[in-house]
Amino acid sequence: MNIERRYVRNGSLEKLYEIIKANSRTVIGPSTRNGKISFKRIENYKELTTDYIQTTQSSKETAFPRTEKILDYSKNAGSISVRGTDPNEIPDIVLWGVRPCDTMGVGELSAIFNWDSKDEIYNHRLSHVTVLGFSCSKADEYCFCTSVGGNPGNTEGSDILFTKTGENDDYLAEIMTDKGLQLVSLASELFEKDSNVDKAKNIADVPVRFDREQVSQKLEKFFDNEQWVEQSLKCLGCGACAYVCPTCACFDIQDEAHGRSGSRVRCWDSCGFSLFTLHTSGHNPREVQSQRWRQRIMHKFSYMPDRLSVYGCTGCGRCSRACPADMNILEHLISIQEAIV
Amino acid sequence: MTDNIYMPYLMKVEKITWEAPDVKTFMLKFVNDEDQNNFNFKAGQFGEYSVYGTGESTFCIASSPTRKGYIECTFRQTGKVTNALAGCEEGSIIGFRGPYGNIFPIDEWKGKNLLFIAGGIALPPMRCVIWNALDMRDNFRDVTIIYGARSVKDLVYKYELEDWERRKDVKLITTVDPGGESPDWKGEIGFVPTIVEKAAPSSDDTIAIVCGPPVMIKYTFPVLAKLGFTDENIFTTLENRMKCGFGKCGRCNVGKVYVCKDGPVFTLAQLKELPDEY
Repeated sequence: MNIERRYVRNGSLEKLYEIIKANSRTVIGPSTRNGKISFKRIENYKELTTDYIQTTQSSKETAFPRTEKILDYSKNAGSISVRGTDPNEIPDIVLWGVRPCDTMGVGELSAIFNWDSKDEIYNHRLSHVTVLGFSCSKADEYCFCTSVGGNPGNTEGSDILFTKTGENDDYLAEIMTDKGLQLVSLASELFEKDSNVDKAKNIADVPVRFDREQVSQKLEKFFDNEQWVEQSLKCLGCGACAYVCPTCACFDIQDEAHGRSGSRVRCWDSCGFSLFTLHTSGHNPREVQSQRWRQRIMHKFSYMPDRLSVYGCTGCGRCSRACPADMNILEHLISIQEAIV
Repeated sequence: MTDNIYMPYLMKVEKITWEAPDVKTFMLKFVNDEDQNNFNFKAGQFGEYSVYGTGESTFCIASSPTRKGYIECTFRQTGKVTNALAGCEEGSIIGFRGPYGNIFPIDEWKGKNLLFIAGGIALPPMRCVIWNALDMRDNFRDVTIIYGARSVKDLVYKYELEDWERRKDVKLITTVDPGGESPDWKGEIGFVPTIVEKAAPSSDDTIAIVCGPPVMIKYTFPVLAKLGFTDENIFTTLENRMKCGFGKCGRCNVGKVYVCKDGPVFTLAQLKELPDEY
């Protein structure tokens, strides 16, 4: 569909929130607690944080929860009954205040969950989410979206993208999808005619630091490069980078038993963990941390573009912000691009 | 929800066979007839077997697709799930998802000689294709099976080894590692690569299928090369830790190649293209 541009006055956002709530949608948005900004269920407009660069966690949890029930079972006298996830349990969500680096991640996650066989649990959740993106008016030294095909005003993955304008903190609203239009129809009086807002003037300046295609090409002959050891010397294998990443989709499947009944769950995992690839025999194809770090970078910048035609990185910078050992993915990617092989 | 790709079929453990210490074979039948009728697989494919409340584990389908109405799996008790499976009795209900992965291109092998080389617990992934070939025996020329284990008691499918021994249209060579023989052992004594070299099967118009522990594979490939086998005519299977079986959980890849989707069957030529990560 064509992008529809509208003008939304600052005071109207609260009204929009109230109308969404009145239509019994769950709103999930950024909220500050104990100095951390995270996505949580919002019950009152005042709980929403508006002045932030980035949330600690990405918004991927709305479609790919950290623990997702695959099935329930119960055992009775020699027989077993098994029941899959009930789609009625999946709520309609309006995801509020998502940065473009997270909305872009939706496409990358969807590529993983839909190449070859389709993961309908993921798709079903996603179909119930309306994404309200908010462009970035500021960035920090960890941000690098412009190096990986994004930008601070990127509409990709948003159903509606709001960009704060210089005038009275009003917003430009770009309505991208039918889901976005549907939401607008609930509150059409709040979406005024666009007065030719200069969007580019109102988004953060994030300099381009490397070229992802060049990194990808370099990685073709980089598997045995000594840089992996150097880069990963500090790595503790804690997996924090994967847990905060908007595109990391690697998961484990585990059973949780409670007496004679229980559930099978799909839960987040990380290629950084030493147990991730460990065979029962004791053999481990990725025995040392440098091999696991290599997997992380190769997967995102070589295997995914090669197999799925998308990159596994949106430049949100969360992995670098979260790393307890201060590893910086941006520096590593630049040094891969600059390496002579 | 229409399709939950993680939902297993319910399977009834119809028969349990003790193969070797800690090794059992389960014959599994679909609890629901409709599942049975819609189920198809080919030699080389694998599945996720699960005990509800304990979890899932990955192994091959060890029976031949020519045998309808059931599947079999053979496993060694080593981890959490295989221990729980070992605790199942005939009549128990377990879960199975599959089939996953690629196949042995058995139709392309018609008119050729087949040489099967297996070690220890790696006979099960090969047994599937052996029976598949024997059930359409007229399509192939000589069929040779070389199978070795650490000791006599570690040989699996002993009853089938006897069957293959008796058959005129199969040449079977069994061997055990030095020291693993019993007083009445009539087979060879020696490691598999040595026995292959000694048997010196012709590479002429022959497909070699090799499954075994990494060390056996490592020393068997050079012997086959010496006998004149090309890398394209040597097939093997890889195994890696897996959770999903369909290219999403992110752990079985060797470089760009996903063992669950692009494998588990590979030619030696394909293996040589892979980085050293398996």
